[in-house]
Amino acid sequence: MTASDLFIALPELFILVMACLIMLIDLYLPENRRGMVSFISVLTLLFAGIMVMRWQAVDSSTAQYAFNGTFVRDRMADVLKVFCFIVLGAVFVYAKHYLRVFKLMCGEYYVLSLFLLLGAMVLISAASLLTVYLGLELISLSSYALVALNRDDRRGAEAAMKYFILGSLASGLLLYGMSMLYGVTGSLSLSDIAASVAIAGDNVMLVFALVFVVVGIAFKLGAVPFHMWVPDVYHGAPAAVTMLIGSVPKLAAFAMAIRLLDNGLVPMQGDWMAMLTVLAALSIIVGNLVAIAQTNLKRMLAYSTISHMGFLLLGVLAGTAQGYSAAMFYAITYAIMSTGAFAVLIMLSKSGIEAENLDDYKGLNQRNPLLAALMLMLMFSMAGIPVFVGFFAKWLVIQAILDVGLLWLAVVAVVFSVIGSFYYLRVVKLMYFDEPETTDKVTAPADFRFVLTVNGVAQLLMGIFANALIALCVASF
Amino acid sequence: MSIQVLVFYLFGTILTLSALSVITVRNPVYAALFLVLAFFSSAAIWMLLEVEFLAITLVLVYVGAVMVLFLFVVMMLDVNLSRLREGFARYLPVGILVALVMAGELLLVIWTKGAEKLPLPPGNPEGFSNTTYLGERLYTEYLFPFEIAAVILLVAIVAAITLTHRGRSEGGRYQDPARQVQVTRDERVRIVSMPAVKDKENGA
Repeated sequence: MTASDLFIALPELFILVMACLIMLIDLYLPENRRGMVSFISVLTLLFAGIMVMRWQAVDSSTAQYAFNGTFVRDRMADVLKVFCFIVLGAVFVYAKHYLRVFKLMCGEYYVLSLFLLLGAMVLISAASLLTVYLGLELISLSSYALVALNRDDRRGAEAAMKYFILGSLASGLLLYGMSMLYGVTGSLSLSDIAASVAIAGDNVMLVFALVFVVVGIAFKLGAVPFHMWVPDVYHGAPAAVTMLIGSVPKLAAFAMAIRLLDNGLVPMQGDWMAMLTVLAALSIIVGNLVAIAQTNLKRMLAYSTISHMGFLLLGVLAGTAQGYSAAMFYAITYAIMSTGAFAVLIMLSKSGIEAENLDDYKGLNQRNPLLAALMLMLMFSMAGIPVFVGFFAKWLVIQAILDVGLLWLAVVAVVFSVIGSFYYLRVVKLMYFDEPETTDKVTAPADFRFVLTVNGVAQLLMGIFANALIALCVASF
Repeated sequence: MSIQVLVFYLFGTILTLSALSVITVRNPVYAALFLVLAFFSSAAIWMLLEVEFLAITLVLVYVGAVMVLFLFVVMMLDVNLSRLREGFARYLPVGILVALVMAGELLLVIWTKGAEKLPLPPGNPEGFSNTTYLGERLYTEYLFPFEIAAVILLVAIVAAITLTHRGRSEGGRYQDPARQVQVTRDERVRIVSMPAVKDKENGA
C-alpha cells in the first residue's frame, strides 16, 4: 500500500472518519441541538462530492486500482458515487423533518446512513469478490438496524426481522456462489476471474456459481421471485428509512450487477442473459399487476420498485455498453424519483401517523396546490409519461434490448408499463378530482420544501435536458 | 485411498451428521452441543489443510466464547417447543418432495455435464508458518477488505446499542459507586425500640 492508494480511496476514508466523528459529536449534543448532526452530515456529503469531482478533473477515463487490486476507481464509480451523495443529501433533509415529527430524532440514523453510504461506495468501487461481499454486508447490516429504528413499532420490528432473515439467506447464497467461483478460478479479483472463466469454458461448477451470484443480485435489487421482502420492509420501516432503502442501495445494487456480471463473468454472458430475462420479465409483470391492488401508498411504491428493478435489469441483460448506460440512467433517475415520492408522503404525515393510505391524498390540490403539482410530476415521471425523465429512462432500456433483438421482451415491458401507469394516475386523480377529507394545513420547514420543490421540478428539467445525464452515463462504459 | 482422504471423510461425515442433528434434535441444548461438535469437526478439516491458526481460532472463538454465550441464552430463554413444531407434520411431505426434486435436479446437471474433480491443494513447504502468512496477507494484500470488515463490526455495535439501549432517563435502575462507598451506618441501620409483647393471637 502506498500513499497513492489512500488518495484514490480518499472519499471513502473521509466518509468513514466523518461517520465516526458524527457519532462522537452526537454524544455531546443536547436533545434540542440534534439538528446539528443533520447539518454536519449534509456538509460531509458536500465535501465528499467535491473530493470525487475534483479528482475526476485530474484523471478522466482510465480505471485506477488500489489496495492490491481490491478497489477500483473508474468513471462509473465516480458518477454513481456523486449521485449517491446528492440523493442521500436530499434524504437527510427530508429525514430531519420526519424524525422530529415522529420523535425519533437521534444521531444513530445519520451515523448508520453514512455507514450504509460507505458500504455502497465500497460496493460501487469493488474489484474483488471480497470487497463486493463486504460492501454488501455493510449496506445490509446498516439497513436492518435502520428498519427497526422505531423500536416500539411492532410492524417495524417484524419487517426488520423478515429483512434480516431473508437478507442473510441471500448473502449466504451469494457467498456460496463466490466460494465456487474462487474454487474454479483460484482468484478473488474480478478481472482475473474473467480471464480464467474465458479459458475454462463450459464448466458445471461455474454455472452453479453463476446461479447463486444471480440470486444474490436479484435479492438485493428485489426482483421477482426474490421480492418477498420488499413490500413488508417498505411498509413496516419508518418512511425516512424506506426512502433511504429505495435510493442509495439501489444504485449500489446496480453497480454490484455490473461488477459481478460484466467485470467478473462476462465470458458467461449467454448464461446470465437468459436468467436475467426471466427475472426482468417476471418483475415487470408481477410488480405492475400487484401494485394495482394496493390501497397503501408505501406498499404500492414497493411493488412499483419491483417493476422498476425489472426495467433496470432489462438494460443490464442487454449486455452492451448501450444497455449498461441505459440501466445506469434508470437507476439514477429511479433513486431521485422514489426519494421525492416518499418526501411527499412525509410532508403529509402528521405526528404519529404516516400518510400511507391512498385516501390521505384526496383533494390534495385544494389543500396545497404546489405539493400536489410536485407529486403529479413525480407520478408522471414514474409512469413514464413523455417529457418527464422517467420516460427517457424506460425508452433507453427498451431501445437497448431491441438492439439485441429481444422484441417480445420489449413488447412485454411496454404493455405492462401502460398497465402500470393506471396506479400512478390513480394518485393524480385522487389529488385533483376528489374532495379532501380534512382541511388541515400541510406544512414543513423551509429547507424541506425547497429540496422537495427542486426534486419535483428536476423530473421535468432532467427530462427536457436529459442529454447531459445520458452523455455522462454513456461515457461511463 | 490415502490416510489423509480417509481422515477427511471421517471428519466430513461427523460434520455433516452433527450439522443435521443441530436442526433435527428436539432439545435446544443438544442442538447447541451438536453445533460445538460441528465446529470441532470443521476445525479438524482445517487442520488437515495445514491451516493451524484458523483451526485453533475456530475452536477458541466459536466453541470457547460464542457457543458458551449461546448456551446461556438457550438455557435462560424458555423456548416453547410445541409451538415451534406446529404444522411440522403438515409441511413435511411437501418439504421432502421439494428437497428430493432439488437434489434430483442437481444430480441430473452433474450427471449430464460431468463434474470436474478439483485437485487436492498442495501441502505447505517445510518451516512454513501459517500464522505469520495470514498476518502478512491480512495487513498487506487484504488491508482494505480487513478494514471494511472492522467497520462492519463497528456498525454491529452501533446497531445493537441503538436497538437495545433505552437511555438512563427512562426509569432504569443503576448504581452510583461513589455513593455506595460513602455510605454511613446511620443511612442503613435504624434502631427501633420495640416493647416486648406476648403474641397470643397467632397461636404461638
